[in-house]
Amino acid sequence: MADTPMVAAHHVRLGSNSGQPMTRRDGIAKVTGTATYAADNHPQNLLHAVFAGASIARGRVTSLDIKAALAHPGVVHVMTPDNTPALSQDPDQKTTPFTARIDVLQNDKVRYAGQPIAVILAETLEAAVEGARLVKATYDSDQARIGFDDGEAFAPEAVGISTPPKFSTGDFEGNRKKATQSASVEMETPLQYHNAMETHAVVAEWDGDHVTVDMPNQAIGLAKPGIANYFGIPPENVTLRSPYLGGGFGSKAVLFGPQMLGILAAREMKRPVKLVLKRGQMFGPVQHRSATRQTVRYDMDADNRFLAFEHTANVSTSSFDNWLDGAANAGLSLYATPSISVSHSGTRFDTGTPGAMRAPGIATGSAVIECAIDVAAEKAGMDPLEFRLLNYAEKDPSNGKPYSAKALRGCYKAAADSFGWKDRPLKPRQMRDENGLLTGWGMGTSIFHAPFFPAKARAVLRKDGSARAETSGADMGQGAWTVLWQMAADGLGMAADDIEFDIGHSDLPDGSVAGGSAHTASAGGALFAAGNDVIRQLAEIATQDKDSPLFGAGNERVLGENGRLFKAEDPNVGESYTDILQRAGIEEIEGKGRGNRDKASTETYAMFSHGAVFAEVKVDPDLFQVRVTRLVGAFAAGRIINPRLAQSQLTGGMIWGVGFALHEEGIHDKRSGRPLNNDFAGYHIPVLADVPHLEALLVDEEDPHVNDLGVKGVGELGITGTVGAIANAVWHATGVRTARYPIKIEDLLKGAQALKA
Amino acid sequence: MKAFDYQRPETIAEAIKAASKPGASYYAGGTNLLDLMKVGVRTPDSLIDITRLDDLKRIEPQKDGSLRIGALVRNSDLARNVDILSDYPAIAEALLSGASGQLRNSATVGGNLMQQPRCAYFYDPHSACNLHEVGEGCDALEGENGKHAVLGWTKTCIAVHPSDFCVPLAAMGARVVVDGPDGSREISIDEFYTLPGSVQPPGSALKQGEIITAIILPSDAKRFAPRARYIKLRDRTSYAFAIVSAAAMLHIGDGRIKDARIALGGVAANPWRAREAEDTLNGAEANEASFKKAADAALADAKPSGDNAHKIELARRILVRALKAAADGTPPKMPDLPGSVFAVGKEAR
Ligand SMILES: Cc1cc2nc3c(=O)[nH]c(=O)nc-3n(C[C@H](O)[C@H](O)[C@H](O)COP(=O)(O)OP(=O)(O)OC[C@H]3O[C@@H](n4cnc5c(N)ncnc54)[C@H](O)[C@@H]3O)c2cc1C
Ligand code: SF4
Repeated sequence: MADTPMVAAHHVRLGSNSGQPMTRRDGIAKVTGTATYAADNHPQNLLHAVFAGASIARGRVTSLDIKAALAHPGVVHVMTPDNTPALSQDPDQKTTPFTARIDVLQNDKVRYAGQPIAVILAETLEAAVEGARLVKATYDSDQARIGFDDGEAFAPEAVGISTPPKFSTGDFEGNRKKATQSASVEMETPLQYHNAMETHAVVAEWDGDHVTVDMPNQAIGLAKPGIANYFGIPPENVTLRSPYLGGGFGSKAVLFGPQMLGILAAREMKRPVKLVLKRGQMFGPVQHRSATRQTVRYDMDADNRFLAFEHTANVSTSSFDNWLDGAANAGLSLYATPSISVSHSGTRFDTGTPGAMRAPGIATGSAVIECAIDVAAEKAGMDPLEFRLLNYAEKDPSNGKPYSAKALRGCYKAAADSFGWKDRPLKPRQMRDENGLLTGWGMGTSIFHAPFFPAKARAVLRKDGSARAETSGADMGQGAWTVLWQMAADGLGMAADDIEFDIGHSDLPDGSVAGGSAHTASAGGALFAAGNDVIRQLAEIATQDKDSPLFGAGNERVLGENGRLFKAEDPNVGESYTDILQRAGIEEIEGKGRGNRDKASTETYAMFSHGAVFAEVKVDPDLFQVRVTRLVGAFAAGRIINPRLAQSQLTGGMIWGVGFALHEEGIHDKRSGRPLNNDFAGYHIPVLADVPHLEALLVDEEDPHVNDLGVKGVGELGITGTVGAIANAVWHATGVRTARYPIKIEDLLKGAQALKA
Repeated sequence: MKAFDYQRPETIAEAIKAASKPGASYYAGGTNLLDLMKVGVRTPDSLIDITRLDDLKRIEPQKDGSLRIGALVRNSDLARNVDILSDYPAIAEALLSGASGQLRNSATVGGNLMQQPRCAYFYDPHSACNLHEVGEGCDALEGENGKHAVLGWTKTCIAVHPSDFCVPLAAMGARVVVDGPDGSREISIDEFYTLPGSVQPPGSALKQGEIITAIILPSDAKRFAPRARYIKLRDRTSYAFAIVSAAAMLHIGDGRIKDARIALGGVAANPWRAREAEDTLNGAEANEASFKKAADAALADAKPSGDNAHKIELARRILVRALKAAADGTPPKMPDLPGSVFAVGKEAR
């Protein structure tokens, strides 16, 4: 991996620790069980909280009988709307964009099944669980509205975090008239629930008006003032600890009702309280991915080039909040086209509110777009890869900006070569394996934004040669402990083993959100800059010290590496960090840093990571069970800090793509609105036998504009492209395109029967 | 969950005595019962933990050539038993196609027979379900019922029996040995399960306090060993209940089928023995035309209980597939994906 080009004032290089396939630095703690997840904390005098959930999806609680619960041995208190104090901030007010409307026993309204209607506090978990079962509610209930045909339509003001719901560019109507052929696809995607292995949890302990909260959280810097707001205390009175998360996928970036109830209960009871969601409770108050009903259409000229691209998405949200998955924005920057028209509409379901879930918008939208591309390629009589290359976007079609870097051609080639794509027959149902199974190949393009957040970090170098780097950051299992540590060590010009490193705590500088695939670039950039700031100060000391071999050397020409400062031109001339500090009699140097993305670059360039995914499926010719026998992806995401962990993220995303294409579906009863498959026996995700062969190749890409270090993200990229690749492969095997995800045996059977008739 | 008494008897007699009280429930591997207790659908007053009854943990060949399997033999152990693998291979294949390695390590033979339907409304204490209480009604009828029964159902209940293991048991006519307050008896697996009636939901022949002590695999089923398969259609490659499944066992001589045994899974409240289909095969040639005829006979009375008409066609097809696979011969080695549609064919041999 090439070193970062030296720029003035950079005294360290990204490249000694970074670029290495280091294994997880938190791995031993995790496999030996010493890594403490939030729910592993047991402060003395702890009370257990369990919430009882509503069994209706819309209406009012008319009465709540808590006598039996209170009488149950071990139960200490039952919180209900009658005895729960108001929060300092109305939980239906949204003061910042990253807030959701939450349900915290402030009234008797029920807005989705599973919404907390009472919180049982008990000396043991068992007593609290039984107490929750003993709470008997009666309701005044209205018919639940689940699904696009039953829900209430609404016109959104924004989709995703704050993107406009409609966009168009170019002479869309004019171009459509010019077109000689078109391809369109209509598809639905279901509700999907994040279901991190670690369910949402909180352990809260108050000391006067200061609260210590153990809670898995992806955005400590936002959560801290958020909690403070709800409880009417200054942000500095909130200590939030989140050293390890057992997965987040977007659902742990926002504050939710159950955790706030845990914190509220601790304040009410004047005792520490632990509240952990049961698996079944994950299907309501803590977000999910919107369901969508999408149409994608591409119009082409006689040379099979796109003239117009249209994408509409009807997207689900809750009855009381407005988050909409931005599915129809997924194709804005994907393929070359002179005109675009995309729009979103919304439908309110009586479910909890959806939110960001791994590759929000893009996963959902590209799952349909990539199918439309293959339908268009079929109409054009072209190989799907050739067709994508013909319509390759050299500039972002939505705004004409050049890409900061785009090695997608290299991705197509690397993945296609490794997969062996070139002999693919154009027509479907042409390939059978030696066992007579229908075999199909399909592909899809991966894309994800490369955003950048304003993260901060601190680094310290001490006289004895020890050092420390820190930022609040979050490791959801994606490898932040390792990757950020590598970048921090490079910042200090030291080996990773020689520095102390800390993340996951609100007393540390704000490392910003672990989300949007921006964490490595943002928090890592800040850590690198903080270390560099230390070495800059150290170099100043050395070059001004007559007794230093570096005396008089220009600042620019001094480098730190392996705990030693030396002249760039003559590495033999130099001395150790300790020598410099000891001679100067300085105890320690503190450095501060922020990552940097050039403002002008942001305005000039379109910034994305890219990739290509190729899938092979085998389908039983009579029974239509599908198995993805091979998945090969190649990805370009700027500078890769840790190839091992990047591959792990990418293959993880690809596996999720398998789940999206074939398995995941949150099913609610249409009448009651209750989730029907809210456990892992019913909510299917891929098992190992579903992913027998996975390859994630990394394609070199130097991105000089995306930020100072050229780092992009890989966390969400892998799921995009994969879903469509699988659907295309299923079509290639069977000749059938289903109208919905997940692709089901019954739909393939019906499709195949229709083809025959 | 509701507080309960816990007893761990040392003898079968003590166990029966303890379990004879209303509200008592046997507890074996716990993989089904505990889940139901956690969601509040089963609320026993006392749990009779039978895992110390070592007499029920043996697999013993009997003098008459049959094989007696104790009710507490773990699914994993049974699937790897030498006698099972050589004499009753479809049993091993069915067991290994079920659940996950961890669950099979815990699940017992008796518990597998007695496992409850996976109908989502049954699992939801707030839904109406005749298995919660007779007369409550059945929310599945107008609900999500794509995986429900196509044979033997009534409006009382349209759930299916979820076991894989029981399907080859039904095909070969295994017998269930039970002991109880009124003494011990043997019940054919056909009679062990009761289909839903006009009021009564499906269930088993067990009376309060009765314990399954063993199942007996008949010796005459050994002649199917060279041609016995279990094939299961599912939503993912492993770790999923059957959408439909079939056990097929053929005894072929002089180019003709001399004896056939067939049962279907995932179609009814019991493991569905298809005797009419077996009859069509006796004396027939072992070819696709015969198998299709048999499958038509097996599903002749099938009707959708909801949004599940596709299951009838799939059941027909899986039966044809299982018969073909059986005719091709039992693989010498257990396929990598036991019971999978992807284990059929050359890969398997
Ligand atoms: C996620 C998941 C997936 C699964 N997938 C499959 C699958 O694909 N295929 C499949 O076939 N099964 C599957 N199972 C079900 C599994 O096979 C059963 O849970 C298991 O066999 C039950 O056995 P157990 O010993 O744990 O029974 P327990 O849970 O202990 O008991 C179950 C019932 O049987 C009764 N019982 C137990 N032993 C006796 C006895 N000796 N006499 C009388 N009554 C008794 C108990 O009282 C209780 O009512 C799955 C289960 C889970 C949780
Ligand atoms: S199908 Fe049977 S188990 Fe399901 S709800 Fe109806 S009665 Fe209950």
